[in-house]
Amino acid sequence: MSEPWGPHDVGGQEGGPVDTAEHDTAYWEWQIDAMVRLALKKGLISDFAELRDGIEQLSPNDYDQCTYYERWAKSLAWTLVSRGVITDAQLREQVDAVRQRQEAEAGA
Amino acid sequence: MSDAVFEIGQQVRIADRTPPVHHRVPSYVKGKTGFVERVCGMHGEPEKFIRGDGMPAQRIYRVRISQSDLWEDYSGTGRDKLEVEIFEHWLEAIE
Repeated sequence: MSEPWGPHDVGGQEGGPVDTAEHDTAYWEWQIDAMVRLALKKGLISDFAELRDGIEQLSPNDYDQCTYYERWAKSLAWTLVSRGVITDAQLREQVDAVRQRQEAEAGA
Repeated sequence: MSDAVFEIGQQVRIADRTPPVHHRVPSYVKGKTGFVERVCGMHGEPEKFIRGDGMPAQRIYRVRISQSDLWEDYSGTGRDKLEVEIFEHWLEAIE
């Protein structure tokens, strides 16, 4: 067997029990899904392969700790920044703005 | 569209390499041999979608591999097979 490529390449390894519990999709997860499909439709990313690449480049720690759509979100953000669609500063600014709004709402 | 390089029933080996980008070949089949079960469609090359357009498209083949060739100490029957879809540029003919 060849060396694995990335934290996802675990075929044939012992993986422990599978969590088969049903779970709802949160609203923000639908939003990430919609953004990915919009980015594909607009040609901002070329194919799901590009999103997969971003996911596979996550550190093993990030990969293990993130949920499915958290991985999508991280990959989409990284891809859009690396393609120059948005800047790292714009992304940080927007994340800070959302965080402040949430904190204000929580405190209100 | 170019003709298929491999035909149904032909014995092929899956390349054992690890390009540092997304590629649709799990490590457990790299370097393994199997037989072409069917010729599937075409799709852009995953490795070339990274900041690119994936072109030219590559043909995809369904390759059938014996489970006993994949796993050491496989305890099932010799008839057990795994089928995996592999892009043409990952396959080489076994003469």
